[in-house]
Amino acid sequence: MTRPVAEEELHAYLDGFLDEARRQEIAAYLARNPAEEARIAGYARQRDALRAACGALAETPIPPALNIGRMIAAAHDRRRRRLRYATAAMIALGMLSLGGAGGWMARGAMGTPHGGVAGLSHVAAVSYTVFAPDHLHPVEFRADQRRALMDWIATRTGTRIMAPDLRASGYRFMGGRLVATEHGPAALFMYDDDRGTRLVLLGQPMRREDRNAPMARFQDARVGGYSWAMDGIGYSLAGPVSVAAGLLHPLANEARRQIADRM
Amino acid sequence: MQRVNRDAMTDAAILIEPLIPALRRYAMALLHHRATADDLVQDALERAISRWHQRRSDLDTRAWLFTILHHLAVNRMRQAARRGAHSAIEDVAQVLLAEAPRQEEAMAEADILHAVQALPEEFRAVLLLVSVEGLSYAETARVLGVPLGTIMSRLSRARERLSRKMEAGHRAPAIALRRVK
Repeated sequence: MTRPVAEEELHAYLDGFLDEARRQEIAAYLARNPAEEARIAGYARQRDALRAACGALAETPIPPALNIGRMIAAAHDRRRRRLRYATAAMIALGMLSLGGAGGWMARGAMGTPHGGVAGLSHVAAVSYTVFAPDHLHPVEFRADQRRALMDWIATRTGTRIMAPDLRASGYRFMGGRLVATEHGPAALFMYDDDRGTRLVLLGQPMRREDRNAPMARFQDARVGGYSWAMDGIGYSLAGPVSVAAGLLHPLANEARRQIADRM
Repeated sequence: MQRVNRDAMTDAAILIEPLIPALRRYAMALLHHRATADDLVQDALERAISRWHQRRSDLDTRAWLFTILHHLAVNRMRQAARRGAHSAIEDVAQVLLAEAPRQEEAMAEADILHAVQALPEEFRAVLLLVSVEGLSYAETARVLGVPLGTIMSRLSRARERLSRKMEAGHRAPAIALRRVK
């Protein structure tokens, strides 16, 4: 014999969610129970009326604010802008914490802590900390957009800042971006090797008294590097301490040599 | 990376766009106010775009969008209730009545929407998702974040209550639509 009919099965019957065998059993049950059949027929009329009424609502013209293409484009713009603000904020915070903690060492560097080549070392170290571990957007312009990157940097810093070629030492140019500093925009170039080790090279026009500075080493617990200034542009090459202890010094010398040759 | 994002966003546009009329329909029927409903749909779409990667699969897009929209709608209704705001009951009826040639039909449609509006919010949501949007019971349970058994009992009670309201409405027609001159 057939199973007893549950209330929820009557709804599933109405909504078309029963398998065919059970649907026929329910139909037979309703045929034997006119009161139940009338009730379910009433629900069906109710559903149809509700669908018709709601259908009329859905037919009202879609307002321009709900244009999905436009919304996606707007979201894209917002995300890019947010990323830029977040970058600037992270760098500003990083500078505060590094400066405040006092754990920073700038051996041999001249000038005040946040000015000159020492200041550039701070920004390079903080930028390394923020961007080198980034898997999504380590750079804003990739190597294949080099011309656009260089033009952007020249426009914002007022100077052509060169990205040296470090491939002979095993480091490929990944691309770059602008970063915010106390003294205005600076260029950031990023390099990596086959093992994914990343280096950051910062470049920025220097004020008059810092136009030339000898190479100075800097290091904290995680980041180290070398900074110098030549003919009005300061550079700072930063990387993980493992690299800073060995290869980074010859890399900095190589970068400085290439930059001097191009001038 | 950017190329990947842009392709994902093209998918988003393709999958979301056909669902917008249904989302608006649900929001309007649930809230009974067109401008608020469109606001909510806009919020929901913005969230969907920013959380696109959180979907389980393309197949799931519809229930996922309804889930986002429903959460926003519930928050909005509770805020309105706390502020003691009175929902504009005439508003949706006016949307329907705006089409002059179908006045009588529109009156009947406004009637049933008004009766639905008088149901408790949780009954209204189940009824609209199942009867109008054609979501499965399991999808409805997911959208509303309640167990399947709760969906079934709410559906049964919502249909029963709406039937009684409609019968009462037939005995005393269209009081709800009397407009103040």
